[in-house]
Amino acid sequence: MNGGASERVFAFLTGYGVPEWIASAVWMLLMAIAVIVFVLLTVLILVWLERKISADMQSRVGPNRTGGRFGLLQTMADALKLLMKEDLVPRGADRAVFILAPFLVFVPALLVFLVVPFSDKWMVKDLNLGVLFVIAVSAFPVIGLIMAGWGSNNKYAVLGAMRAVAQLMSYEIPLVLAMVCVVVAAGSLKVGDIVAAQVDGGWFVTRFPLQLAFLVYMIAAMAEVNRVPFDLPEAESELVAGYFVEYSGMRFALFFLAEFAHLFFVSAFATTLFLGAWAGPGLPPVVWFLAKTYAVIIVIMWIRWTVPRLRIDQIMSFAWKLLVPASLLAVALTGAAVVYGKL
Amino acid sequence: MLQSSVRTEQVTLNMGPQHPSTHGVLRLELVLDGEVVVDARPVIGYLHRGVEKIGEARTYPQFLPYTDRIDYLSAASNNGAYVQAVEKLMGVEVPDRAKYLRVIALELNRIASHLVFIATFANDLAATTVFLYAIRERELIMDLFEMWVGARLTQSTFRIGGVTEDIPEEFLPKAREFCALLPKRLEEYDRLLTGNRIFEARTRGVGILPPEVAWDYACSGPTLRGSGVSFDVRRAEPYEAYDQVDFEVVTHPACDCLGRYLVRMGEMRESVRIIAQCVDRLPQGEVRAKVGRVVKPPAGEAYGRVESPRGEFGCYVVSDGGTSPVRVRLRAPSFFHLAALPQMLRGWKMGDVVAILGSIDIVLGEVDR
Repeated sequence: MNGGASERVFAFLTGYGVPEWIASAVWMLLMAIAVIVFVLLTVLILVWLERKISADMQSRVGPNRTGGRFGLLQTMADALKLLMKEDLVPRGADRAVFILAPFLVFVPALLVFLVVPFSDKWMVKDLNLGVLFVIAVSAFPVIGLIMAGWGSNNKYAVLGAMRAVAQLMSYEIPLVLAMVCVVVAAGSLKVGDIVAAQVDGGWFVTRFPLQLAFLVYMIAAMAEVNRVPFDLPEAESELVAGYFVEYSGMRFALFFLAEFAHLFFVSAFATTLFLGAWAGPGLPPVVWFLAKTYAVIIVIMWIRWTVPRLRIDQIMSFAWKLLVPASLLAVALTGAAVVYGKL
Repeated sequence: MLQSSVRTEQVTLNMGPQHPSTHGVLRLELVLDGEVVVDARPVIGYLHRGVEKIGEARTYPQFLPYTDRIDYLSAASNNGAYVQAVEKLMGVEVPDRAKYLRVIALELNRIASHLVFIATFANDLAATTVFLYAIRERELIMDLFEMWVGARLTQSTFRIGGVTEDIPEEFLPKAREFCALLPKRLEEYDRLLTGNRIFEARTRGVGILPPEVAWDYACSGPTLRGSGVSFDVRRAEPYEAYDQVDFEVVTHPACDCLGRYLVRMGEMRESVRIIAQCVDRLPQGEVRAKVGRVVKPPAGEAYGRVESPRGEFGCYVVSDGGTSPVRVRLRAPSFFHLAALPQMLRGWKMGDVVAILGSIDIVLGEVDR
């Protein structure tokens, strides 16, 4: 999208005498709308997909009334219901913090989509420090979570927020280190270069020792998106809902949207970093990209509906005693492989 | 300077009565230090219906359906304890066929109840898929009861002197089918849960209940047997046809959540064996002794006890020779297990609370009565 289209829109506008800065602002606005629409549509599809997959695994039918036999419009109906719900701010809540928190969680979940390479041409902005941008932005929601937990003035929410912060911080480290492996292997922080390195020399997941990094990335990513077995921050059977227990209506929907958007993003980024992004024979690049991303998502959902949940101390010791050393090892191995030219 | 301004304090958290994992309307007052449970106090009574008092105002046959609703997951064992007490008072001899049918009903109920245990226990540990699998199998048992007596959950299969009615023709083949199917499904649960590393990490060594503590608190059933004590009313004081069937009392020495879970898994397999034996050997004949329309037991008192899926369920009935009991007293095993719960909870984490609470498999209907 940043290739020909951007220049054409630009030329079209400046041709009518529109100042350059307005033209670029219009372009950015268009891109922002495109990202938001895409994310919202994706979340609708993901929620439906999760319902259908879980139903299949649990020998149920799943949604089957709203929107035809396959319940395609069920999520839409639920979203509408959420929109019409009363917007409740509990008494005793820290109003400003409570209201601000969902946005702090939701906005970063959108921002990271700026550097997702949907195809060889479709990428909003190929930043020089793309991977660093992702790391920085996706660390942001933690603040929103603790604000939500603390601002709600609810003990379950505080417990959930405490867990969320502890867990997300801990898993951030192996996640980042796994990304570092790819950066070292590709020799660039630019997403476009990482993809190019894979198009030329084969997917990173096929090259030793990056399989280890891929494994670490997937485990840490599942923890980052709060999915079973790492869904402690919102453990329904323990904490009812966790940090967003007091949220209703659209504010709740924002948390929900952010969670599924993030799920899509970590899968898309796994595809970008390890699975060759849009590379693939025959089909258009964007189809390849989405197919790989959805394959990763389905694996994550599959795990989520199969295994039980770990306990908070088990999760933490798993992160610090196993995952962090493993990711350090992955970095060391990757570094050695690059130095000795074996990658 | 900084250190002096930082302080921590314990938090009192009311878990329930509206909470997804308290299995009904139980309130647990938890004192938490961070995530660690310092103390726990179960608060009960939210489901009190005065069943014992109702018994005094109803005739003997009228009270029977009320007992179904005490422990609503195993209606037959409540029926069993009550009719056992009344039959002891009256000196009624139950026909053999009725005895066997009663055992079938009791064991089907045991499996159904244990399936609900597996379901909710797995759900508490966030293995939601197992929940639906176990409920799916329980449905088959409900169908069997529907075929037999018409009702599914609160079946009132028992009558004073026998059972409601004889089984229909198609019941036995269906029961055999179920007996063949369930062990396969149990293996499926084993694959999903029992060998699962995460499941073991969550249950092994968690919520220790030493045998002597369990005995002191009058625990019974799988909660006691999960602590390695081999006590089963079916074996200790056989009723109905339990002295004529071959089964093992399943115990596990672990004293933890995993032990209690494994005992129940084993018991389901034993129950299948018992049902299969009863189906094969079912004698012909009457299903109900002649009791008469008006039940008037002679003055006296009697205690009926059965091994319910949760433990020893007892029913103590006092008669003055009239048409309704003077006093009914119910011994609900969950009540005693709940008393032992704080012992098990102290020192464990918030996440373990649901696991430990789930592992003693309480039914609030019988705790509050």
